[in-house]
Amino acid sequence: MTAFILRRLVQSVLVMLVVALISFALFRFVGDPVASLMGQEATAADRDALRARLGLDQPFWMQFIDYIGRVLRGDFGISYRLQQPVAELILQRLPATLELALVSGIAAFVLGVALGVYTALNRRGWLSNAIMTVSLIGVSLPTFLIGVLLIWVFAVELQWLPSFGRGEVVQIGGWRTGFLTESGRVALILPAITLGLYQLTLIMRLVRAEMLEVLRTDYIKFARARGLSNRAIHFGHALKNTLVPVITITGLQLGSIIAFAIITETVFQWPGVGAFFINAVRFVDVPVMAAYLMLIALIFVVINLIVDLLYYVVDPRLRVDRGAARH
Amino acid sequence: MSEPLLSVRDLVVEFPTRRGTLRALDRVSFDIAEGEVLGMVGESGAGKSITGSAIIGLIDRPGRIAGGEIRLRGERIDNIPEDRMRSIRGRRIGMVFQDPLTSLNPLYTVAEQLIETIRTHLGLSEREARERAVALLDQVGIPAARRRIDDYPHHFSGGMRQRVVIALALAAEPELVIADEPTTALDVSVQAQIIDVLRDICADRGAAVMLITHDMGVIAETADRVAVLYAGRVAEIGPVRDVIQAAEHPYTAGLMGSIPTLTQTAERLTQIPGAMPRLDAIPQGCAFNPRCPQVMPRCRTERPDLLARGQGRQVACWLHAREGVGDV
Ligand SMILES: Nc1ncnc2c1ncn2[C@@H]1O[C@H](COP(=O)(O)OP(=O)(O)OP(=O)(O)O)[C@@H](O)[C@H]1O
Ligand SMILES: [Mg+2]
Repeated sequence: MTAFILRRLVQSVLVMLVVALISFALFRFVGDPVASLMGQEATAADRDALRARLGLDQPFWMQFIDYIGRVLRGDFGISYRLQQPVAELILQRLPATLELALVSGIAAFVLGVALGVYTALNRRGWLSNAIMTVSLIGVSLPTFLIGVLLIWVFAVELQWLPSFGRGEVVQIGGWRTGFLTESGRVALILPAITLGLYQLTLIMRLVRAEMLEVLRTDYIKFARARGLSNRAIHFGHALKNTLVPVITITGLQLGSIIAFAIITETVFQWPGVGAFFINAVRFVDVPVMAAYLMLIALIFVVINLIVDLLYYVVDPRLRVDRGAARH
Repeated sequence: MSEPLLSVRDLVVEFPTRRGTLRALDRVSFDIAEGEVLGMVGESGAGKSITGSAIIGLIDRPGRIAGGEIRLRGERIDNIPEDRMRSIRGRRIGMVFQDPLTSLNPLYTVAEQLIETIRTHLGLSEREARERAVALLDQVGIPAARRRIDDYPHHFSGGMRQRVVIALALAAEPELVIADEPTTALDVSVQAQIIDVLRDICADRGAAVMLITHDMGVIAETADRVAVLYAGRVAEIGPVRDVIQAAEHPYTAGLMGSIPTLTQTAERLTQIPGAMPRLDAIPQGCAFNPRCPQVMPRCRTERPDLLARGQGRQVACWLHAREGVGDV
């Protein structure tokens, strides 16, 4: 078990190093940081002085090691556009993104599993067929279109829900939350649906397929032959086995929810890191782009790690055995 | 003979398909007496497993029982509501499937699966059920049962797993155990042990066994009576010794003509030329007639009924019909 965790940790660190290299290369070679920082009218001498101050006259590897050192201390440089530390800017916006991703992720998982199980158990029912048909739309419509449609129906036509922003937020320490106010919770609804719909349908279809597969296995037949109740068979034996493969996919989906938040945040003018990143791209604010890249990579790596551990907890076959099969 | 424990009469099982209805079982009849071991043999596809599934009410959809009746101690069980059938499964009829590697849920410990089964049928507390589970594992010959019980299935070898499966099937003291090829997935060296465990533990509890197998050797050693199935029909039933020594149905004779060892399987034994017909191409008359060395004109047009021949023997063959061609 510890060897397994250690191995996965080393792999994660390697992945992060590669991403850091890419993000550093981006930082270093996309645009000229000196030009970005000084503007047009600076003299050549000024430029050289700044170049030396930023360490840009050092060899590439020295600069990279330097960069990693700074990143580890949480120093991602200064935003060209806003002239503030990037780390600070991102940390301010992270809660908005995380709250949105968490709500849509949990909703997608819970509803996805519930609907997947329902449609698997009532395979021929009309409601199942209806759900499956609607889910096809969920998979095939692009996220921004879903967002725009939702805004049109619920914000413009019905005027039930706000179409942009986070509503009122409450500051708790360094965390700015929208959960605690009515307007904050209401503002979450449309963006969360937009962001989670695709994952929901994906999880639902996966759970359904997996569950149908499991229901055909010998151990389910044997469980029936032992006279166990349908409840025990469906929600005990079958569901648990269904969830084993679902966990991996779902975990990775959470990562992509955070990454895809870019589109949703832009559509709903949600003040999170995704929208911030889009703005950074527009202004070629390279330090922000590089830091965002690292952040997303870190999130993926951490989620991956957690998923692996979860897998381990759920499936006894993966646990370190006291010897293999014994007689 | 008093009332049989299980009585199957004219059982018909059909699978509707796009190209017509397939008849997997066609008027199958047999009895199992209390405490008796009935062997069931036949080539692959003869309908042995379907018979077992029909008795326990678990035929895969869209298959269905299309006729006949199944009685357990005289009570119909083929047309009762699902929840009543559920209280019979495991409690009165236990089932052991072919492959112990896939019969156990990999995510639950042996204890969890046993205790769940025991508590479903018997009103025991968790602790009592656990004690019972340990005792069961002990009886099926799992060493250090108390220590091993909390292991997961993958911790056990194939033979040990099949013992666990047997313990599960017997957890609620069923009167009848249907064992569908309980040893085919196991090493030859383990097969005999498993059959012994099954036979002994059932004999101990007075449970009857329907033993489905390809292996005539196993039947010869274990069963009291044997039923021979061919293309979804019963060809012959009788006490094992008699049937082996003097088969009456030419198909049985072909099967028995070659029992040589314990280990050979029926497919390899079959010395009868040709193959069993597919379900959608069962010939008119006797299903065996195209392969029968003693075929008569009548065999091609009329299906022979299963007739009693005395001494508990029954055969479905025109050679032995009362008004048949007199070379009996
Ligand atoms: N789900 C199904 N749909 C259609 N036909 C089926 C289905 N299940 C079984 N059958 C048919 O029923 C017949 C009997 O099958 P069964 O499994 O009882 O054979 P068996 O005697 O147990 O053979 P084996 O020795 O290979 O286990 C076979 O011809 C098979 O093709
Ligand atoms: Mg079979």
